[in-house]
Amino acid sequence: MSKVKNILLVGVGGQGIILAGKLLAEVLAAGGFDVKLSEVHGMAQRGGSVVTQVRFGPQVYSPLVSPGKVDYLVAFEQIEAWRWLSWLGPGGLLIMDEQIIYPAGRTQVTLPEDLTGRPGTVCLNARRIAEEAGLVKAANMVLLGALAAHLGIELEIWYRVLENSVPLKYLESNRKALEEGFARAKPSAG
Amino acid sequence: MKKIMSGNEAIARGAYEAGVSVAAAYPGTPSTEILENIAQYPSIRAQWSPNEKVALEVGIGASLAGARVLVAMKHVGLNVAADPWMTIAYTGVNGGLVLVSADDPGMHSSQNEQDNRFYARMAGVPLLEPADSQEAKEFVRLALEISEEYDTPVLLRITTRIAHSKGLVELGERKEHDLRPYIKDPKKYVMIPGNARGRHVAVVERLAKLARLAEEIPINKVEMRGKLGVITSGVCYQYVREVLPEASVFKLGLTYPLPEDAIRAFAERVDELFVIEELEPFLEEQIRAMGIRVKGKELTGVLGELNQKRLAVSLGLEEPPPAVDVPPRPPVLCPGCPHRGVFYVLRRLRLTVLGDIGCYSLGALPPLDAMDTCICMGASIGSALGMEKADSVWAEKSVAVIGDSTFLHSGMTPLLDVVYNGGRTTVLILDNSTTAMTGHQDHPGTGRTLGGEAAPKVDLEKLVRALGVRRIRRVDAYDLDSLRRAVREEIEAPEPSVIIVTRPCALKVPPGRPSVVDEAKCNNCGLCLRLGCPAIQEGAWIDSHLCRGCGLCREVCPREAIGGDADVQS
Ligand SMILES: Cc1ncc(C[n+]2csc(CCOP(=O)(O)OP(=O)(O)O)c2C)c(N)n1
Repeated sequence: MSKVKNILLVGVGGQGIILAGKLLAEVLAAGGFDVKLSEVHGMAQRGGSVVTQVRFGPQVYSPLVSPGKVDYLVAFEQIEAWRWLSWLGPGGLLIMDEQIIYPAGRTQVTLPEDLTGRPGTVCLNARRIAEEAGLVKAANMVLLGALAAHLGIELEIWYRVLENSVPLKYLESNRKALEEGFARAKPSAG
Repeated sequence: MKKIMSGNEAIARGAYEAGVSVAAAYPGTPSTEILENIAQYPSIRAQWSPNEKVALEVGIGASLAGARVLVAMKHVGLNVAADPWMTIAYTGVNGGLVLVSADDPGMHSSQNEQDNRFYARMAGVPLLEPADSQEAKEFVRLALEISEEYDTPVLLRITTRIAHSKGLVELGERKEHDLRPYIKDPKKYVMIPGNARGRHVAVVERLAKLARLAEEIPINKVEMRGKLGVITSGVCYQYVREVLPEASVFKLGLTYPLPEDAIRAFAERVDELFVIEELEPFLEEQIRAMGIRVKGKELTGVLGELNQKRLAVSLGLEEPPPAVDVPPRPPVLCPGCPHRGVFYVLRRLRLTVLGDIGCYSLGALPPLDAMDTCICMGASIGSALGMEKADSVWAEKSVAVIGDSTFLHSGMTPLLDVVYNGGRTTVLILDNSTTAMTGHQDHPGTGRTLGGEAAPKVDLEKLVRALGVRRIRRVDAYDLDSLRRAVREEIEAPEPSVIIVTRPCALKVPPGRPSVVDEAKCNNCGLCLRLGCPAIQEGAWIDSHLCRGCGLCREVCPREAIGGDADVQS
């Protein structure tokens, strides 16, 4: 049971986290794992904090991840990275988009420390990378690409799942975004 | 073939495979995707009904006509549908009928966290609780078989973590189900007292038979391991397996009526017995009533949802997680949301606002702070009338605010009450042409069905007029001046009035050109920030990626410092 791995995708409603979770779960299933995923719908989706929890391994019971047990924390934004940071387990990896989305009505939030410089973190400007790949909205793919580099599931499987889930006209840019993320997945020194 | 599916997708698949041919629902988190997914199967006639009571009644008719039927709703929806629910428990069914109740422990997206398992017990109807997506699919078929064999509706109760969790599901083929012939049988279907008394006897006899079924049905399964025993159901089974891997578990799939003999036998085989369930002590109290000693709610409490961490903490196995000090991020009205201006105006007019449920409930949060109540769907209008009845000054100091989908769900009868009983209530119907909160479902006012076909579109104005309201006006949600004038005039009017505030949901139309702040003119007065728009940041600065160009900030700015893109540059 200890072989079950835990992933959190965290961010703000509307950032494409549900789609990212769906792709990820399908990739893991295609990679031969048992997979469970739990996500948030409804009210919170209106610009609130959202989290998708993904677990995979030989056999998964609970769809929920426990604090302190997260292997991969993928944060689509810095404040949410902070909210969930304490959930990372020993040796867990933070993959983070460096942008900050302030809660409505606030323009400043003092964060305990600048996570962009946190040792052992993969920090990306996913929006810019996605824009360069041809589709701003594919920022979620950039982050997934960075995660993919650490999960050890062949890129071929990712491509196949992408093909089945993304409209043809966006396929190339999504694939590109994924590859760009994959290429930049090296954690900072520390 | 195996496929990753949410519980809701799996339930839809289960309905398909089990030969369901009619399905009806009203949307509500966490149940909505059940019908959205069922609609993908052309062999099922699926529909949004205006509310849950109607959805269930459509289901009853389809069952009478011999079809297999699925009806779905969120937990509070069953309150609305409780009237037909309690009496089809007496009549029983013809074609199998399963009602899916999606409960929301923890209130991720609900106004309460009632435990709907009691609706099975109250009605005397069997209750099934799946523990993952695979079971969600299988239990639909099982529910329909039980329904037909025992002549009863069946309650399939899921929770948010079943509905919105995904797992691998083994797919099967559809088995067509021929319509059973309808046979006229007034003693069974006409529930006048003389007949209903006989049918209540049938309910009691049926429960006795179902209790025997519960003893042998394979979904009530004992897994013997150590000397600690746990009785559990639904998603809690998964948490128990994580936290107490060595415990013996009695996993109940059919949770009403309970298998008393099997529970007794299990209790005898273990040294200590826990009942692990979310919310109310539904299983626990019944098991205690059998005279069996268990521990349950003194460990887990009745509040909120469980998970393996909470379970481990309540069993004293782990420490609670440290609190994190990060600013909360509550949901907000989207940039460009047509509801925003309404609450801005109501707040500025210092009115008491009897609210309702939908995206516009977010008008209660700061900085808008413009809603006084939110109880249940449709409650705004009746409670506005009630305030006025208590003290007539409220007629001029309060308004009711209700969304279009909510008005058609349960706003028409209270408006009729206002007219009938001489109220002066002012009602604002926020017509954004969709059911936005639950993810943009169609309703009788949108002109489309669940299947995407064109449908007659109810004319709200004519509808309200037919209810007897004479003062009706339509106002553009983005026109703050007209809104303000309309509200002022209507609260003073000596009769009921309805203001239909119109604009499609901002997420359903292409964005306009973003607004821009002219820094030379802006003196940082902060008025635009009172709109609570996520695109406007202190300073004042407008995020052009977020702004949808609704223009409200331009309207409230006293210095004309905000313009459309083009205005500022020229
Ligand atoms: C009895 C009941 N059924 C369903 C729901 C879920 N629900 C909450 S608000 C809402 C409808 C919102 O639509 P509308 O009134 O048009 O407002 P909008 O969200 O579009 O602003 C629904 C379906 C509920 N809370 N109660």
